[in-house]
Amino acid sequence: MAIKSKAKVKGDMVEVKVLMKHVMETGLRKDKKTGEPIPAHHISEVVCSHNGAEIFRCNMGPAISKNPYLSFSVAGPIAGDTLQLTSLDNQGNTDSGETVIK
Amino acid sequence: MTEMKNTFSRRTFNKTVAVVGAGAALGVTPIVSQAAWPEAAFDAETIEGVLQSLYGVAEAIPSDAINVKGPDIAENGAVVPVSIKADIPNADSVALLVAKNPAPLASSFDLANPGMVSVGTRIKMGETSELIALVRAEGKVYTATSKEVKVTIGGCGG
Repeated sequence: MAIKSKAKVKGDMVEVKVLMKHVMETGLRKDKKTGEPIPAHHISEVVCSHNGAEIFRCNMGPAISKNPYLSFSVAGPIAGDTLQLTSLDNQGNTDSGETVIK
Repeated sequence: MTEMKNTFSRRTFNKTVAVVGAGAALGVTPIVSQAAWPEAAFDAETIEGVLQSLYGVAEAIPSDAINVKGPDIAENGAVVPVSIKADIPNADSVALLVAKNPAPLASSFDLANPGMVSVGTRIKMGETSELIALVRAEGKVYTATSKEVKVTIGGCGG
């Protein structure tokens, strides 16, 4: 499991596109056979860092779709720089990835 | 309205007590990044509740500089592409809300460097609803509402 991402310079900003794999369970659904509620299991935060400093953070709720897609623009980094992405879910699992800005 | 607000604060209070209690019992300090996750805002059941717990304000200022977009018709409510663009100087935080979801707040975004706001993601929508964007800049919160997104099949499961 790794976070897939792409980053591209667009004007004076850098556009970042991120794709993650996650079930994003809302906690509202019930198991069809047993009727037991399925506990919520979703990514809660995605952080983008540049040179060790956090430049963008997304706090996610369970209303984000399964296998979350995220796009955002950040100011600061330039072409050739590396961006680090890390995610954390509500059950404490983490994931990470990085991308070089084109 | 009053009743909803009361429910909200009671829920938040109970949660806070539970979290603090669990942390104390285990003898651990909660990880900073986890504590930063605005749980109360994600639990809020009204738009006012989200505004209050996320940004600490009672009202947002309507703004034409924010553009919140979704499809006219979402055939599958489980995957609805949405985007927020805003031309507000020094914006440092953005939130995306679905007016009629059980918990309206879908996600919030924090920006370290000011610039043009542009974020996009895919969300779940339980029923036909408007999308609401909140943008905080220089301590003020601005808002814009999208046109209605028609949902044919709800995305919350059940």
